[in-house]
Order: sequence, then C-alpha cells, then structure tokens
Amino acid sequence: MIHSLFLINHLGDIFLEKHWKSVISRSVCDYFFEAREKAVDPENVPPVLQTPHHYLISIYRGKLFFLSVIQTEVPPLFVIEFLHRVADTFQDYFGECSESVISDNLVIVYELLEEMLDNGFPLATESNVLKEMIRPPNILRSVVNTLTGGSNVGETLPQGQLSNIPWRRAGVKYANNEAYFDVTEEIDAIVDKSGTTVSAEIQGVIEACVKLSGMPDLTMSFMNPRLLDDVSFHPCVRFRRWESERVLSFIPPDGNFTLMTYHISSQNLVAIPVYVKQSINFFEAGSCGRLDITIGPKQTMGKTVEDLKVTIHMPKAVLNANLTATQGNYTYDCTTKMLVWDIGKLNPQKLPNLRGSLSMQTGVPNPEENPSLNIDLKIQQLAISGLKVSRLDMYGEKYKPFKGVKYVTKAGKFQVRT
Amino acid sequence: MSYTSMSYASNLKTYNPKCQDVPPLAQMPSVLRNEDLKEMLESSKESLKLEAMKRIVGLIAKGKSASELFPAVVKNVASKNIELKKLVYVYLVRYAEEQQDLALLSISTFQRALKDPNQFIRASALRVLSSIRVPIIVPIMMLAIKEAAADLSPYVRKTSAHAIQKLYSLDPDQKEQLIEVIEKLLKDKSTLVAGSVVMAFEEVCPDRIDLIHKNYRKLCNLLVDVEEWGQVVIISMLTRYARTQFTSPWMEGAEFDENKAFYDSDSEEKKDQTEAKPYVMDPDHRLLLRNTKPLLQSRNTAVVMAVAQLYWHLAPKHEVSIVTKSLVRLLRSHREVQYIVLQNIATMSIQRKGMFEPFIKSFYVRSTDATHIKTLKLEILTNLANEANISTILREFQTYVKSQDKAFAAATIQAIGRCATNISEVTDTCLNGLVLLLSNRDEAVVAESIVVIKKLLQTQPTQHGDIIKHMAKLFDNVTVPMARASILWLMGEYCEKVPKIAPDVLRKMAKTFTAEEDIVKLQTVNLAAKLYLTNSKQTKLLTQYILNLGKYDQNYDIRDRTRFIRQLIVPNEKSGALSKYARRILLAPKPAPVLESAFKDRDRYQLGTLSHSLNLKATGYQELPDWPAVAPDQSVRNVEILREWAPIVGKTKQPKSDDKFYSDDEDEKEEEGSDSSGSGSEDSSSSSSSEGLFLSVRFTVSGAFSFHEAKLMLLVISITNISMTAGFGSFLPKLEFITIMISFFYDFFFFCQHCLFPQNDSKNPTFRTSGISLFHMSFQVTTSSFGPLKTYELLHHMTGKGLSAKYHFPRQPCLYQPSMVAVQVILTNSSDHALEEIHIGDQSPASLNIHCFNTIERLEPGASVTVSMGIDFSDSTQAANFQLCTKEDQFSVSIQPAVGELLMPSTMTEQDFCKEQGKLQGMNETSATITMATANASRQAINKQVLSVANVGEVPSSQNNFSSLEARWATETEATICIGSPKLDRRLKNIA
Repeated sequence: MIHSLFLINHLGDIFLEKHWKSVISRSVCDYFFEAREKAVDPENVPPVLQTPHHYLISIYRGKLFFLSVIQTEVPPLFVIEFLHRVADTFQDYFGECSESVISDNLVIVYELLEEMLDNGFPLATESNVLKEMIRPPNILRSVVNTLTGGSNVGETLPQGQLSNIPWRRAGVKYANNEAYFDVTEEIDAIVDKSGTTVSAEIQGVIEACVKLSGMPDLTMSFMNPRLLDDVSFHPCVRFRRWESERVLSFIPPDGNFTLMTYHISSQNLVAIPVYVKQSINFFEAGSCGRLDITIGPKQTMGKTVEDLKVTIHMPKAVLNANLTATQGNYTYDCTTKMLVWDIGKLNPQKLPNLRGSLSMQTGVPNPEENPSLNIDLKIQQLAISGLKVSRLDMYGEKYKPFKGVKYVTKAGKFQVRT
Repeated sequence: MSYTSMSYASNLKTYNPKCQDVPPLAQMPSVLRNEDLKEMLESSKESLKLEAMKRIVGLIAKGKSASELFPAVVKNVASKNIELKKLVYVYLVRYAEEQQDLALLSISTFQRALKDPNQFIRASALRVLSSIRVPIIVPIMMLAIKEAAADLSPYVRKTSAHAIQKLYSLDPDQKEQLIEVIEKLLKDKSTLVAGSVVMAFEEVCPDRIDLIHKNYRKLCNLLVDVEEWGQVVIISMLTRYARTQFTSPWMEGAEFDENKAFYDSDSEEKKDQTEAKPYVMDPDHRLLLRNTKPLLQSRNTAVVMAVAQLYWHLAPKHEVSIVTKSLVRLLRSHREVQYIVLQNIATMSIQRKGMFEPFIKSFYVRSTDATHIKTLKLEILTNLANEANISTILREFQTYVKSQDKAFAAATIQAIGRCATNISEVTDTCLNGLVLLLSNRDEAVVAESIVVIKKLLQTQPTQHGDIIKHMAKLFDNVTVPMARASILWLMGEYCEKVPKIAPDVLRKMAKTFTAEEDIVKLQTVNLAAKLYLTNSKQTKLLTQYILNLGKYDQNYDIRDRTRFIRQLIVPNEKSGALSKYARRILLAPKPAPVLESAFKDRDRYQLGTLSHSLNLKATGYQELPDWPAVAPDQSVRNVEILREWAPIVGKTKQPKSDDKFYSDDEDEKEEEGSDSSGSGSEDSSSSSSSEGLFLSVRFTVSGAFSFHEAKLMLLVISITNISMTAGFGSFLPKLEFITIMISFFYDFFFFCQHCLFPQNDSKNPTFRTSGISLFHMSFQVTTSSFGPLKTYELLHHMTGKGLSAKYHFPRQPCLYQPSMVAVQVILTNSSDHALEEIHIGDQSPASLNIHCFNTIERLEPGASVTVSMGIDFSDSTQAANFQLCTKEDQFSVSIQPAVGELLMPSTMTEQDFCKEQGKLQGMNETSATITMATANASRQAINKQVLSVANVGEVPSSQNNFSSLEARWATETEATICIGSPKLDRRLKNIA
C-alpha cells in the first residue's frame, strides 16, 4: 500500500519524509517536481503520476503537497482519502496544517504517522483513538512533562480500538454536558449572463460538537427528512434506523466531528439568495474597460445576507482598476489580477454598486471572455433547503444535556458568468 | 565542544519545540553534533535521553542521516519510558536494515515484550520486530507471527496480519507457512482482524480463492462493521471472488453491450432462444450486493467508490444505477477525489449514458476548476450528449470555448467535434459554429477548429466548397503545423471542388516549403501529387519543383515520400504497373475517422484501480476474471459450525413431555380453553374474570427439511397466536371453524448452508448422535401423538398384475443419506402365484438419487412385505418416477411428495425462533388450509392437524398477545392462524 510519504512546501522543499517500508530515496520526487513545473498552478498537478518504478499519488492542501509513493496496485482513492485524513488529523491536533506548525511539532507528527499506518496499511485513523495514544500538545502539558518527565504518549491500547465503537473514548466526563449541531448549507450555482440559473445544488453538512459524559445514545429527527435523499454518515450513525425511520441514531464521538453530509442535487429547485446585475466591457479603442456591478436580494426567506463578497479573476491584460463602491471596499491585486469587493451586509433599500473603469495594457488584444464573478455570502439562522431539526433525544445517560442547533447558509462555488 | 553540549543541556529544561532546528545546530559539522547527541543518550537522565531521541527523530524526518548513533540508541530499547521506547522503535525501523548486526542486539527485548501481559506492548513489539528488515531473524519472526495469530487480543492478531505481509516481502520463501497463518486468521470473527488479513491475503496469495470459500458469508456479514480501510480491501477482493464463483447476471444481448447489440443483433436473438433458461442469482451473490449497499453512505470516499465498482462489475444491469447518486455526491469532495471519481464516471458513462444523464448539470464546468477536472467533465458531458440534451450541452460548450484556459478551449472544440459526429442532427450547427471559431484570435483555438473541421468534413462529404475556401483564405494566418497540414490535406482531398484555389495554395507552399515543419511538408507533397493527377496542366511544374525540394530535404521521411510519389505519378519508362493505379491509390475515398472518447478502452481495467486511473497495467494489478459459464459448486461456501449448536440441543432436549413445551402460564390458559371449548358453553369460571374469556394458545412448530444436494435445511414453522375464546364460542355460534393456515416460508438464500448432518460423519461423531437424538425426540412427537400417517397408492394390483404397492412417509430421518426422504413401501402380492425378484428399475429423471431396497427374491401369494427406501427429492415437489420390476414385468410408478413431507422437524428455543422469523426475507411461501371445528380446537387437535400436513416439531412458547388478538377476533369471522416465517441467519445455520 502506501510506501512512503513526503511533505513538500509550495517552494518545492521536502521538509518531512516518512517511510513505512524500506527507505525510498527522495529523488523519486523529481518526477513530481517535473509535473509540478509543467502544471503552472499547484492545483493543476495531476494527483496520480507514474514513474519508472513507483507511482506517486499526491494531494495539495494548505499550500502543502502530501506526496505518497506507491509500488503496487492500490485504489487511488484509498490513498487520497488517507492523505486527507492525515491532513485532517494535523489540523485537529495543531489547529492548522501548515509547514511551520508541522516542523514545530515534528516528533508528534512522526509519532502520529507511525500510529496511523502499519506497513502502509491504515491502523488507527480515528481522532478519538489517536488522541488517547498521543496527546495533542498544549502548553500546560509540555511544562508539566518537562518537570515530571512524563510523556504525552499513552501506555495502553485505547479502549476504542477494541470496542464496537472505536470512535468514542471510554470514561468521558464533563461538568457541563452539551451538544451543539451546526447545520451548514452551501449553495453551488452557476448563473449565466442573463441571470438564469444554469445549475444549482446544495451541499449540506451537519457538524457536531458533543461534550457529553459517559455513553450517550442520541437520536436526532428532522421536520422534513424527505429532503435528504443523498446522504453520507459518520460511521457512528446507525444506517438501518435511518433507512426505516429516517432518524439519526448514534453514539457520538467525543468532541468535534462531522455527523453527516447531504447533497440536494440540481434536479431539485434551489433558491438563489441574490441576483447580480453586471456589465463588464473592454473597449478596443482606448485600451480601457468599464465595469458596473449591482447586487440585490432575491430569495432570502426574509433573512439578511451578510459577509457579501465578490471576487473577480481579471484577464491578464487588466493593469489597474479605478472604481467607486457605494458600499464596502474593493481591492485590486495587480500581480494575481484579483479584484475583491468586500460588501458586508446587503441592504435591500440601497443596493450596493461598484462601477468605474479598468485600465488595460496597450497593444495587447482585448480578452474575449469576460471574467466570471465568484460570490461569497452568508445567511444566519437559515438552511436554504428548508431542512429543520425537530428534536434531539438522549438515551443511556441520566443527566440533562444542553442542546443547540444552529443554521447557516453560505455560498459555495457560486459563480456568475458574464 | 563542551560549551555547545552544555548549552544544549541547559536548553532542555525549557524545551521549546521550535528549537529543534536551531541555526547553530545546522551549522555545526555533523560529527560534532552527533557526538553531542550520543553524550545525551548515554547520560543517566531519562529526560536527556528523551530529548536526544526527539532530536534524532527530527533528523530522520528531515531525511538527514543519523545512522552513526545506532549503538547509542539501541541501548535504550528496553527503556521504561514509553515515549522514549517508541522513538527508539522509530529509529530502529529506519536504520536496522543498514546496521543488521547491531540490530540483533535489540531482538531479545522484543521477544520478551511479545510475552508482555499488556496487549498494546505485545502488538507494538511485533510491529517493530517485523518491521526491521533483517533476513537473519526470519525464523524468529515466523514464530512470533504464529504465536500472535493465536493471541487472545484481536489487536495483536491484527498486527500479526500486518506482519505477514512484511515477512513475505522480506523472504518470499516463507509463503507456504504464511498461507497457513492467513488461512487461520481468515477464520477470525473479529472485525478488527478481517480487513488486515484480507490485505495480507491479497498481497501473499491472491490466487488462493479456495481459502475464501468458507469465509465468504462471514466476510459479507461482517463487512458493515469492519473499519473503513478494511472495507475497501475486502470489497475489492470479494469483487474478484464473485467474478470467479457466480454466473453472469447480465442477460445476453441486453442493453449493456450496446456495441455488440448493434452489430449482430440477429445472432443475439438466436442466442436468446437457445439460452432461454432463466437466470437465477446465486443467493451468495445477492448477499454480497445486499450487504455492500449501505456502504454507499459511507463518509469514506474510497469505500463508496469500492461499492460503486462492485455494483458495476457484479450487479444486474438495472441495479447498477443505485450508485449514481453517491458518485455524484463525491464530486463535492476534494479536488483529487473529484479527479478519480470523474475518471471512473467517464468510463461508466460511455457504456451507460442513462446512469448519469439526470445529473448532467453536476458536470458543468466552473472557471475555478483545475484543468484536469475541466477536461474530465467535458469528456463526460460529451459522452452524455444525445438528441434531447445536445442543445443545452452545446450552449454550455459555447461558454467554454471562450475560456481563458486555452488548453481547455481546445479540448472543448474537440468535444464539439465528437458531438457533431455522434449526433447527426447537430452536425451542421456544430460545423457552422466551428467555422466561426476559425476567425478566433487565439491560434490554438483556430488550429484545433481546423483539425476538427477536417475530421468532420470527411464524415460529411457533401457540402465542403465554402468551408474549404474559407480555410484557404485563413491559410496564411495559421501557423500551427497540425492545422496547416490539415488544410493542405483538405485541399488535396477535395481539390476538384476548389479547382481554382488549390493550385494557388500549392504555389504559396512551394515558396515556403523549406521553412515548413515536416508534417506540413509531407502534406504539401501529398497535395502536389493529387493536383498533378487532377490538374496537371496547371501544376506540373509546381509539382516537379516541390518534388525536387523534397528530394534533398534533411528529413528522410520526406525524401522517401518524395521518391515514392515521383515514381507513382510521373510516368516514365521505369515506372511499373503501379503508376497506372496512381489515381486510384491517391484519390481513393477514405473512411472518415471515428472521433472516440479517450476512455473508450479503459473498461478493460477494474474501475477504481490505479491501473484504470493511469490507463496502464500497474504492478501487481489483478485482472478481473470473466464470469464463468457455469458456476462452480456453491456448496464450498457452506460452513458447519457446531459449537453453538450443542448447548441448544441440550437445552431443548429437556422438555420431553408435551406439557413442558409450554410455560406454566400458558398451561393454565390452555386448560381453561380446552375445558370451555369442550363443554361448548360459557363457563362460570371463565366469565368471572372477563379478561379470561380469551384463550390464547400459541405454539410453534419447527421443522427442518431437506433441501438441495445432501443439505438439510432447517425450516422453522411457528404457529403463533393461535387464539381462541371460549366466550365467543357461545356469543358467536357461527364461529365454528378455525382455519389454520400454514405457511412455510423458507428462505432460499440460506437453504444450502444448513447442514443438519455434516456430510463427513467421521469428523463429527458427537454431532451426529446429538442430531439423531433430536430427531428421535421430534419423531416421538409426531408418531405418538398423531398416530399412523396417510398412505398413498403406488401401484394398484390391477395394473400391477397382482402386485400392489402402497407407500407412506414414516417421517423419520433417512438412514441412507441425510438429504433423502425416507419412504416406506408396502408390497403385497394379491395374485395367485409367487412373484420373484421384485426390484427397482430405471429411474427418471436420471439425476434422481434413490436408495433402492434390496431385491426381494420371492413374494408368496397373499403375503406382503414392507421395504424402506430413500429418495432425494432435491427439495422440490417434483415426482420421482421409477420402475418397479418383477421377474417378468415392469411397472412405471411415481411418488409425488407433499411439501410437508420434505421437512424435518428441528428443535429450537422460542427466542431463537422469533429471531430467525424476524429476519426472514426473500421468502417463498407454501400454504395449506386446515378446517376444523372450534369445539375441537384444542392444542392437540391443532397440533394433529398441522402435523398431518407437514412434518414439523413444536417450539415451546411463553408469551401471548391478548389485546391484539382480541381485536382480530372481533372483526373477523374466521380466525387466521398465522404460522410463522422461519428465516435462518448465520446463527441458525450454526444451530443447524
């Protein structure tokens, strides 16, 4: 399976290597660097590469490449999924997944990698299990450890590894028992020039933060479970009960986890919260262009649209932008050619507008395609699909937990073509 | 030096992880630095050692050498500090290969740790021991693996499964021994072990399919609970397994093989006629499909993909589409996941458009997608294009063509070309659109358009003139060689349609010939030759000029071509017969190129594999075998597990007497009921307690009956909730009859697995006896309580020339073979002379398995003799035909069994029964109706009636549901007694 792992930063330096079988020289990465060179953008590097003796499967996350070396046939998704799981674990342990953080915690990273794979086959990937074996760093513990000579490595096999519920640690105790669920929906949409929706779908996720003592058995039911026809669950969810009763029944992991994700496909009707009126023109003559964008609310279900932001990736020929915004600020980065207009709250009475001229490089033919607009937004207290949690019950424990559900709608890959 | 080491030591107290890469450290010569670490390792302070190890691990992580510290590090292998120990392990695994001799020093520590009471320590010792790749310790590793494979802790067993692979890669000669361990571990019931051992199996002996047989059902059933990574491995192994063991569920010539159906639909029809026998899916095949389906909801994308490929390769065609939605969902995942999933969808969408067509909008390209994602989406959109959606797709393509990503724009043009050839309705529209693109500013776009137009024109050889003219005009501006070559080829091919322009183009080319790319030169020579043939007046000189240029070209291909063309077209005395055919050779109508998907041939690889992703065979790729024409023996998957059976036998054997089959509570009720029904009036005793009006008898009959091929299937029949009321007997006198409906549900999925008697008796002598005693008991029930059984006529004495034969089913286990049904035949001689040599002759069907009675030498007049025989009805009610022969005559007779006679009683507790009943699915049902008077509805009476229909046994029952029965009673005039549905799950199999 996975033979070796190299972590490579955006400059192309290998700053960590780990081998689960015999050592493979890091020169194998040269093939990757070649592909990286060719791809121009790091996103464009093909995830699966072939070299004379090895296969390279890589992911790009947080400006880092996780490059794994494979020697024999293996499902590529297996490796990709695992690499992402490694990155998630780092994120979970250190709060972020970046070169500096990994270099700072090299020993813990190494111990983690050691536990996560044995001979290239995943051994323990559950965050709850790992945390029992290798405790995440915190200042207090490192001070105590230095003084007492204690370690942050567990001495016994975590209970979870052996039980039927490997995701939950045993003996959890909290003074305040609470369970929070965040229902977050992201709208992926393509809107064309004329304002008609080309495609729109909703990607929903229920993130949970459960801090409950003992072994609680939770049941979550929905007002309108029929909305959810395409779902994926955390392994803790009992699939059969979902099939028969459309309720989520589960013994939760301790701490933060993704309970479920769902997908409401483009076949359904999806409400689009804002409309965009835009005109971007490039004139052949004066080597300049005009830009005029107005945003207004469309289907917001009576809620306020917040954190509204428009990002435009301008063609290379655009040198500068001289614009005025009626609301919010705009910035134009000449090197990346990114025009960002940060609007903030959308006021339906006074629609935000951005207009002005773009100065173009002379002598270069005008771009034939207008850049598309990427919209970011946030609507609090609303799940745009209409999903609602009706109740959450707890069995198995005596105490009364504090429960909370929060809804947020965001724009995912929301694109307006011009 | 002493200064530096001091400073480090003092740093330690306030150790800050950021110091790991302190600049002075890096600047120091490595020897010095490592000296310093060595000192720390040799100090007596644990914290110093730990610190040193942390820094060493830091070095390893950065890929810097720390091998010279080996002796100092290895000393700490037995440290008490677990973190230090772990870091030493990390070091050992990394460097042991380089320093084999020194590594041996650590072995004894691991051997000791392998015996540690803490499973975690045992496991990690085995992990490290097997990870240090030192060939000399192979025997020690082997021993350790064998011991660990029998460890009580599943975690240690899991580790041993991993160690198998490591040892195998270290020393492949150990294969045979390792396979033994794998075989043993495959039997493990722990979900923790399952994934790892299958992984070891895949690595060490993927061809030993025979090891899987007995574990197949277990693996299928465990699958949902196995950890996600194991699931992926098991699913892909089971996909291969299923391909070798089951027959194809794909109907011949069904919609799947579209190509095939296109070409030889006639022969397909013929085939259909010849192979008309209906396909029946192996229950094990169905089991696999059923148990993997919930995993489509997994959060792990690799699992979802694994299930998707399993369905693609194994499921009947109409079931494959259930994976669509899940695959589309994965498209929202990380970019790399998208890439792989899109690749697989691309392959799938070629064969099955319908699967993804409803989701077409999910494949629309966004400007923020990575290039490889865009191209894959484009590929899929093109595959999905059909008459109905082509206009929407083309509108999308129009947007894409304008993309700033020129590579993507070029790919879109190719896609348009493919749509145009595939869907004839839009060819013209596409062509016009592409011609418009010729005036695009971007060269790549223009070049691509020309190439695609060239291909399209070939497929549409009617209306070229204008387009070719247009292209000729563009010719001067086009610089991409491929595009120029394409234009030249078009000129030559259709030179007769543009007689004025073509020579002019050739003239221009003659000027620039030397500066052109090779491919353009070749096409120029081509054009010249064609023009020479069609229009030699105008172009003779030009052609000769070009041929001369070509003759001295630097490229030998061009020189070759020039020489060849000259000989072919210019007539001279040496030119052979070929020049006569020059015109036919050069201007032959050429078949249009087929614009195909790049994923056309990817389906030769199993979906979801690395090979599929790379489109080449990766090392270690296991071919997915083709379906076998005839399924191999299904019985190999049967499992006989006896341990769990024995105690149940013991338990159920105790209630010998009928009364004890019932709980006390029920006994009372029952007596009450029989009293009142016996008197037929409302008794004071029952009326006094109004609730006591209702009598409920609930009893359960269980039986086992023999099924396919020497297998006994356990069939359980329960009579639940036979409920009567004494009171109603008088209130509603009309309620006279209780209809007893007996339904035998048997689950065909499982019948093969239940072997009441193991075929190999010698292996399980104890089991056999317990089985017999069980039967003995059930038999007692049947015969003692319900008297003689029905006798059927086999041969009438009139037709039998004096010999008459009658038979009945004694309901005893057949002595000859467990799968046989015992039949007793009474032969009577009613003639006036003795009959000799009575025996059984020909049997039909030929496959019929009959154990014949010994030939009866002589039967005196008036005498009768009872013989017993065994017939294997193969669990069907098909009649067994055979001939009854005497010395002189032969009589054809047949025995047709009732379903009830095929059964065998079996004993189980009520809980077991209910459990099995609850799980029943995929049922077959047989029912018989028994009518009897209410007055007679005592337990015995019902029992008797039931038993007259089927050979079953009772299951003790303890509970009744009065209230629900009350309701039922009140609304119905007839009582339906439902007789339960036995479903057999694994546990039951074991019981059986």
